[in-house]
Amino acid sequence: MSDLTLTEDLSTRAVVAGPTTPAASASPVRRGRRTGGGNWIVHLLLGFGAVVMVFPFVWQALTAFKTFQDSVQVPPVVIPDPWVFTNFVEVFDSMPFAQMFANSVLLTIGRTVGQVILCTMAGYAFARIPFRGRNVVFVVFLSVLMVPSQLYLLPQYEIIQSLGWLNTLQALIVPGIFSAFGTFLMRQFFMSMPVELEEAARIDGANPWQTFWRVMVPLAKPGIIALTVFTVLWSWNDLLWPLVVTTDPEKMPLSVGLSQLVGLHGTDYPVLMAGALLATLPMLITFMILQKQFIQGIAFSGTKG
Amino acid sequence: MSDLIAQRTAAPIAELDGGRPGAAAPAPRRRRRGPGQSGWWALVFIGPTAVGLLAFYLWPTVRTFILSFTKSGPFGGSEFVGLDNYVRLLEDPELIGALRNTAVYTVLVLVGIPIAVGIAALLNTTGLRGRGIYRTLYFIPVVTMPAAIALVWRMIYNGDYGVLNEVLGVFGIPGNSWLTDPTTALVSIAVVGIWAGLGTNIVIFLAGLQGIPDTVMEAADLDGAGPVRKFVSITIPLLSPSIFFVSVISVIGALQVFDLIYMMLGQNNPAMPNTRTIVYLFYEAGFLDNERGYAAAIAFLLLVIILVLTVVQFRLQKKWVHYE
Repeated sequence: MSDLTLTEDLSTRAVVAGPTTPAASASPVRRGRRTGGGNWIVHLLLGFGAVVMVFPFVWQALTAFKTFQDSVQVPPVVIPDPWVFTNFVEVFDSMPFAQMFANSVLLTIGRTVGQVILCTMAGYAFARIPFRGRNVVFVVFLSVLMVPSQLYLLPQYEIIQSLGWLNTLQALIVPGIFSAFGTFLMRQFFMSMPVELEEAARIDGANPWQTFWRVMVPLAKPGIIALTVFTVLWSWNDLLWPLVVTTDPEKMPLSVGLSQLVGLHGTDYPVLMAGALLATLPMLITFMILQKQFIQGIAFSGTKG
Repeated sequence: MSDLIAQRTAAPIAELDGGRPGAAAPAPRRRRRGPGQSGWWALVFIGPTAVGLLAFYLWPTVRTFILSFTKSGPFGGSEFVGLDNYVRLLEDPELIGALRNTAVYTVLVLVGIPIAVGIAALLNTTGLRGRGIYRTLYFIPVVTMPAAIALVWRMIYNGDYGVLNEVLGVFGIPGNSWLTDPTTALVSIAVVGIWAGLGTNIVIFLAGLQGIPDTVMEAADLDGAGPVRKFVSITIPLLSPSIFFVSVISVIGALQVFDLIYMMLGQNNPAMPNTRTIVYLFYEAGFLDNERGYAAAIAFLLLVIILVLTVVQFRLQKKWVHYE
């Protein structure tokens, strides 16, 4: 389903091919003509690849339900026998998992909401509001894009420390709501939109804020979705910055929690896998529900960015 | 896609406007309003992000630069030491190793690009059933925490009871302790890096492939081009802007690899000299050894490397990337 939508949305095929309708391009007649009986080789190759991609997650899930003894058996025990849930109990006992989960959620929501609002605003201005020195300011923004995060990590830490924000939620969120990448992405998006619309709004007496908010933002949905996907993934999975600014388990997000779990349980893989499963499942479920948005968001950045 | 939607929505409104001639010349009108006013609006829109970037990114970058000329004293203060950190960096035997490891890792990760192109081409087979399912499966690692991915693969790679050795054993290939053997540790991590990034690259390439008009392929068919010929002479050149984009992003990402190494190898891993990358060296200096000036110098070296490689890639671009 989502695959058809993507095909229609992203390709110019339907338009360029003239008489060919999008429906026809997916029709069995066409497949027969094009690929003949060769499709099984394609499925064989793709199937092998898919197994390689998914196997680690299957193994992770199975291990999470094994006893420690089963997990170190040679040859390996594939299906847990017996199925145990003690590993999950162990995870909850050794760290404040619910609190970490909440921290991850708040961190992700905070960064995403902040970044989407601020970057959409700034991107719009760079695309549409002329002001003196706009190009210079834009180049300065772009330079942030080139600089690796390690370069500002230490002073960022010092700033957070001097603000007394170590082990707080705002330390995790605030630096992450400003993004040169997001601004750039949204600018590119607004650049590709026709000017006529805003002209019309301005003739009607709308000020730049009203034009932006009522006319452009509703049209900017594909760009906003792309930015949201990026920010959500990056926030939920971020490790280095949270690792640096949190030392109190009550304030850590799940990514740091997982690294703590390694310190506590070493090579007790069933417990580690239970923790990893719990930490990754929320994003996996979100992805399964919002697949179309995720995939279009990533594809969007590749064609626009 | 978005352009199309926007244009579709925009067209009727522009027409309602009665074909106003002014639409073609927006610039003079804005100027009449006075640069002051639109300057204020720009400040409203850009100000918050500009202040944030300045405070949390630009100023810290400058500060790191200053820091790289200092040495922290034992009681928290710091003294100016000139170029000492840079001199020490160039003489550091660990740096040579870190540079070599980072270069090897980056090259290995680039192997993932042809793999992704191949899979995307297979997925783009006309009328392929289950394309959506395949794409979802390949995409799963992209939405998974690197920290969790690292743990899973550490278990799979384990030399004593890891499942990889068992699978290889079926084919008669001898097992190994992949992550502690200095000769295999970096390659093993790069495999995970490729695996984790494959989904993103496939989705980008697939979007690029779907943008290639059918008419081009049909013309090639008429000219009697075979599938290989079409792939080499049409698909690859038309896909080259996407390939360029992915390779620039991949190189920048690979040069900064940290999560996987931090999570897959312990600090006392015997393979560390053969896997320690520039960022890991930076992390050790800045946060484990508390040598911030030295860490700052490492970070600047990384910036220079990234800038040089990106410029080189943009230069080479002219030789192989086709823009319509």
